[in-house]
Amino acid sequence: MDRELVTQIVERYEGDSGMLIPMMQDLQAEYGYLPAEQLRAIAEELKVPLTRVYGVAMFYSSFRLSPKGAHEVTLCMGTVCYLKGAPRISEAICQEYGIEPGGTTADRMFTLQAVNCVGACALAPVMIVDGKYYDGVTPESALGILGALTPEVEGSVAAPAPQSKAGGS
Amino acid sequence: MATATEAAVQKIIHSPKELEAYRKKREKNKKKNTRIVRVCIGTGCAAKGSRRLYELFCEAAGGAEQAGGGNGSNIVIESKHVGCHGLCELGPIVVIDPGEILYHSVEEPDVAEIFRETVLGGRVVERLLYEDPKTKKKVKTPAEIPFYNVQKRIVLEHNGHIDPTSIDDYISVGGYSALAKALGSMEPEGIIEQVEEAGLRGRGGGGFPTARKWRSCRRAESPDGIRYVICNGDEGDPGAFMDRSVMEGNPHGVLEGMVIGAYAVGASQGYIYVRNEYPLAVEHLKRAMEQARKFGFLGQNILDSGFSFDIRINRGGGAFICGESTALMASLEGRTGEPRAKYIHTVESGLNGRPTVLNNVETWANVTAIIGMGSSEFASVGTEGSKGTKVFSLVGKITNTGLVEVPMGITLRRIIEEIGGGVKDGKAFKAVQTGGPSGGCIPADHLDTAVDFDELTRLGSMMGSGGMIVMDEDTCMVNVAKYFLGFLKAESCGKCTPCREGIAQMLAILERISTGEGELEDLDSLETLAELVMEGSLCALGKTAANPIISTLKYFRGEYEEHIRNKHCPARECRGLFIYKIDPESCTGCGICRKNCPVEAISGERKQPHVIDQGICTKCNTCFEKCPFGAIVKV
Repeated sequence: MDRELVTQIVERYEGDSGMLIPMMQDLQAEYGYLPAEQLRAIAEELKVPLTRVYGVAMFYSSFRLSPKGAHEVTLCMGTVCYLKGAPRISEAICQEYGIEPGGTTADRMFTLQAVNCVGACALAPVMIVDGKYYDGVTPESALGILGALTPEVEGSVAAPAPQSKAGGS
Repeated sequence: MATATEAAVQKIIHSPKELEAYRKKREKNKKKNTRIVRVCIGTGCAAKGSRRLYELFCEAAGGAEQAGGGNGSNIVIESKHVGCHGLCELGPIVVIDPGEILYHSVEEPDVAEIFRETVLGGRVVERLLYEDPKTKKKVKTPAEIPFYNVQKRIVLEHNGHIDPTSIDDYISVGGYSALAKALGSMEPEGIIEQVEEAGLRGRGGGGFPTARKWRSCRRAESPDGIRYVICNGDEGDPGAFMDRSVMEGNPHGVLEGMVIGAYAVGASQGYIYVRNEYPLAVEHLKRAMEQARKFGFLGQNILDSGFSFDIRINRGGGAFICGESTALMASLEGRTGEPRAKYIHTVESGLNGRPTVLNNVETWANVTAIIGMGSSEFASVGTEGSKGTKVFSLVGKITNTGLVEVPMGITLRRIIEEIGGGVKDGKAFKAVQTGGPSGGCIPADHLDTAVDFDELTRLGSMMGSGGMIVMDEDTCMVNVAKYFLGFLKAESCGKCTPCREGIAQMLAILERISTGEGELEDLDSLETLAELVMEGSLCALGKTAANPIISTLKYFRGEYEEHIRNKHCPARECRGLFIYKIDPESCTGCGICRKNCPVEAISGERKQPHVIDQGICTKCNTCFEKCPFGAIVKV
């Protein structure tokens, strides 16, 4: 059944191996990560070596090889956020939850992604939880936001993110 | 793609004449009493809830329309969401026409009042107006706000005015007439000449003359006649969001430039490579492409010229290096984004081995403007070697964070002081960083430098794609260099040794210095390594990687030496190279710091000045953040 999905995705791009990256993006959109079995299937369908597919998966930081948590937490590490204290926010979260940037909490509540810049410098430091932007975040307010997360989320827009805006502004 | 042929059959506009007729018809149908509410949905404003404001205005407009039938008013109300207005600091921004009344920091409860007073009543809501910080006078329109009136908007002309999801809006402001002019009355060679006369240089950072690139591509031999044009929307520099705002706010402006460029170089297929972190830009571009196909501005036989061209969007994978032209093309071919040596230029052998023109988003948008206004008008703006304008994202420790477009040749001082409103919170200016990780820091002594490609390079920085990051006295320059080197270490693709190993070594030295373990010889090693990495690296990432170090060493050497000699960080940013003390004059003895200290390093009687035990203190910064009286000082 899953193999069918891979075939569909490959056909979407007319089997053009040049479109490998969009195919893998589509695959990740389905699963939330790139399952090894599906990557093998893509390599077979496109008749390219698995090493190439794996290489691409490893090279681009947006690809994930393991499932992510219920919530997606993105912390901006752009220059302005950095100057305004993003490293200390990252430190606080990692310490509190015992994870590294890119990692998922033990209870699979959220995955922490540190990204280069989200281009919302007027709001620095910025943290994004399931697409919702929090501005002027501090280590304390970040932990408050994450502490209020609950497991149920599945794709609903009204994710259980706290209603109030983060402090600091 | 199949859509191109389908659209060819049923497209709306077949010729330049039909486009003009369509525009005139829309002009004629415009209702006289239209009131327009323009709500900014750029990233900054959207993050502060402007989408909800837009919905509320739409609801209000809907309600008024129903009521309007009864009371005989013939006012037509149109709410639209528009791209970035630029003044992100004071978002959400809402502008009401006619009158171009600008309201800032608008919140949900304000909607009803704005609607009642301004939209229906034609009166101004005083408290939401911008207050000039110098004169303390409230002003109504952007033209009266220094942030706007020092700017010169060519690329951003329509940003904030048109609905980026409406091709009709774009056509109303003259959209696609440059394309009609190019296809209807110009030869490809003539277009290249116009771009050459305009003096357009690539806005992605390098400043390469656009026309020269195009001419080489046009003249290069292609085995099967296929040529490509690519739009580089992989804006990777941290602190830069110019291209994002253009793609989000006026996607048709970019598409139009690409079609004109494709016609000039003889390309039949185009690609837009957009950064993964920009989903709204992808959405708006996709929608714009669908509309352009439907109207006949993309696809087969565009405007009856016999020229056919279509575009495909690819999303990046989160790799900074893919902003480099050859790495981007490798990525478009479905491979890892590793650059290659450029002894064969991409204009001769680029994507899939075919002649390829790659330009950045802002460059393409400028092409539309040049063909539209003519090269001489465009060239009348700017300096001898750099024509036109440049869009910058003005960010960091600055009062008016935002998106600005200025004529080339304006001084850094005017951008920072007049447009930016100076350094935030009355702090002293220290440096401005341009050019992203490839650029450098420019100190106060050089603020009167004219901003153009050559001047910034002369100062050891570069124009770059347009990030302009202002730093104040509290910013440690060693830390800044460390930040950029850390960024580049993570983003180096690892293909060539000088870049991969050299950056890591330079970073290791900077880390030593910032923890107080540096030695004076380290500065020499940094300079030697910098030269080596610059000379030996394959692509621009490595070749420019040392710029943040070289420029900070050049202008702020004393600060490095202070870290090494006295184990002291003058900006008090490097943890461990300064201490926290309690100022007994300001301390009220409230005990908040004592209660919050995680290692119990603070002691003191209630209502008596407290003290920090330096032997226990871990310099965690908690007391500094918690003290309500500003009594904790860093020394």
